[in-house]
Amino acid sequence: MKSIEATPRIPFKRWMTSSYPVWFYLPAGVIFFVFFLFPTIASLFFSLTRWTLFDAVFIGLDNYSQFFKEPFLFQGLRNSLIYGVVTSGMKVVLGMMLGVFLTSQIVARDYLRSVVFFPVLVSTVGVGITFTALMHPTQGFINETLELLGVKGPAWLTDPRFALLSVALVDVWKGVGLATVIYIAGINAIPIEYYEASEIDGASSFQQFWNITLPLARPATFTVIILSLIGGLRSFDLIWSMTRGGPGFTTDVIASVIYKQYQAGFYGLSTAGNVVLIVLVAAIIVPLSAFLNKREVEL
Amino acid sequence: MKKNRFFYNVINILCLLGLLAACSPGAIEAPAATEALATTDAPAATDAPVATEPAEVVTITYYIDDNPTNVASAENQIAAFEAANPGIKVELETHPGGSDGDNLVKTRLATSEMSDVFRYNAGSLFQALNPQENLLDLTDEAFQANIIDSFKPTVTAGGRIYGAPEEAAMGGGILYNKKIYAELGLSVPKSWEEFMANNEAIKQAGKVAVIQTFGETWTSQLFVLADYYNVQAAVPDFAEKYTANQAKYATTPAALRSFERQEEIFKGGYLNEDYASAQFSDGVRMVALGEGAHYPMLTFAIGGIAQDYPDNLADVGFFAMPGDDAAKNGLTVWMPAAVYIYKGTSHPDEAKLFVAFLASTEGCDARSAANGATGPYLIKGCELPADVPPAVADLLPYFQIDGATAPALEFLSPIKGPSLEQITVEVGSGIRTAADAAALYDLDVEKQAQQLGLPGW
Repeated sequence: MKSIEATPRIPFKRWMTSSYPVWFYLPAGVIFFVFFLFPTIASLFFSLTRWTLFDAVFIGLDNYSQFFKEPFLFQGLRNSLIYGVVTSGMKVVLGMMLGVFLTSQIVARDYLRSVVFFPVLVSTVGVGITFTALMHPTQGFINETLELLGVKGPAWLTDPRFALLSVALVDVWKGVGLATVIYIAGINAIPIEYYEASEIDGASSFQQFWNITLPLARPATFTVIILSLIGGLRSFDLIWSMTRGGPGFTTDVIASVIYKQYQAGFYGLSTAGNVVLIVLVAAIIVPLSAFLNKREVEL
Repeated sequence: MKKNRFFYNVINILCLLGLLAACSPGAIEAPAATEALATTDAPAATDAPVATEPAEVVTITYYIDDNPTNVASAENQIAAFEAANPGIKVELETHPGGSDGDNLVKTRLATSEMSDVFRYNAGSLFQALNPQENLLDLTDEAFQANIIDSFKPTVTAGGRIYGAPEEAAMGGGILYNKKIYAELGLSVPKSWEEFMANNEAIKQAGKVAVIQTFGETWTSQLFVLADYYNVQAAVPDFAEKYTANQAKYATTPAALRSFERQEEIFKGGYLNEDYASAQFSDGVRMVALGEGAHYPMLTFAIGGIAQDYPDNLADVGFFAMPGDDAAKNGLTVWMPAAVYIYKGTSHPDEAKLFVAFLASTEGCDARSAANGATGPYLIKGCELPADVPPAVADLLPYFQIDGATAPALEFLSPIKGPSLEQITVEVGSGIRTAADAAALYDLDVEKQAQQLGLPGW
């Protein structure tokens, strides 16, 4: 922001004839308009219509009032929050642990780092389908293994009590690699002198972790929280490929509630839902980000 | 194209070199051209590439859902059609079933990328396609004379007819395993009470009484949708009042009963252990092999049994969804899907030929040849083979008695709530009570009606 405000006003004529003329902006401008600005404006318009894809009838704010009446909207919202907080929290804890582990002097460190990162690279839908098979209540690998140990495993994805948490666990498995990489970078950026000084003062390794690594890796923690919370709140692909919001409506999140409107052919309604989702995610993330950034500066 | 022509040139030269015998027609895409070649003398060789240009062969596309029984019968029908019409080639394209498929069809229509001919539901889903804008008017085609009149309203919009049936009519009810019935000495139930007594007996014998397959949610709706005959028997004008926002599921006792029955099945503990994750194909297997006694389903599933478990086809029977009164036992009927022609097709005449073929006795014979008979066809002159499977033989008598059938609600009203399958999964898994579910479905119906812009909502 600052740099733009600081730029002095260039006279129009010089702007056109300078060695970097305004035409240079044109390709990017066209792409931005066609692929970003226009769809945003169009979706705002269509959210105010009853839209069958073939024709659109203007109905004012009816879609919004209908969307807020959606019986599973608030359950979806609650599930989104649970999912976002659970995945984000577990990614912070596990990512930090793995980060510390993978920055220490261990055998085959680089190999282990790539192993941890590998699930991030796999297609989400592929992961979803694979884990759906693994978590099958009677023929799945997980419950068959538990059975060998004499434990009757739960119906991971079809018991309403466990379904959402089962999907969240898979999300953590898939996403913790990214959190780990962020932590590795954050931990490596901590100057080695702090550790040397504390060692001379006789600090134990736990004290080093608690008093040096944890506070100084805070920027990494904030990044992980923000990224995984946004990801969790708008999460859809994994949930849809594993449970389709089911059994019944028990794992519906906001995004799947919106998708179901689209599936039912309520295109205007589902567009209105998307507008609401954007506003909602922004309303959670912008203040959170501002708060965390302020803490970071104070540090 | 260039590569193709080069390929043809090579083939032509090889043929002319006297290797003609080795050229099987299957290896070459345009059999008509090779025939021309075979009679051509050597000097004509330079003209050969022009002659092989498939100018006289028109290719039309045909878009259907990827259900294996439908694909198998479409392949059979296309082969028969191409044999009868050498100038036309039909290319098959498939899409997933259910709501994903609905979306693809609508998107293709909206973006003018629809195939020449496509197969899609009749009734309320057909109305949502905006037929006047998107489909070719087939009212005045000669083949309409072959089609049984009761089908036509389900593909009519604004007084014009847009489709032709491509499938047998279906019944919704219970497929049952005859071996289990024989073993336990049970008889086919005519009332809900008898049905529950049978379930209890089957459960006492240590067997699965009712198969449910909520891994594919659409399969959960049968207790409600196939119960419509019983609703109509109690409230004859339910469809009208329901469409006009005057009758509700939650407040009409006969309609609420549908949800309550599904709840009773769950509470009775009659379900297969993996009901929550089993798929449709599991359900077909279980009822065919006797791993379970009852599978509430549409009779098109008989085609799947014929394909995958032909040896067990004789073990499966069918009865209509039982209601409270044994004297008023009858069947809820589903109209078959229809084939339509896209208005923007560049080959309307060829497409009409193909649809006319599908709506003829050759068309239904090709379907029967692929899957066996699954029910009565709505095309005049389409006879069922004498040796129909027992489940189909159980189905046919309902059609022969006056008043023993009623169309499913989706053919009487344009409104079907989109969340019914999730709601019935919840009732069938004991997550939600029947009364609660019926009230929730009423809300779902209200949303659909408002989106359709119907009067009175």
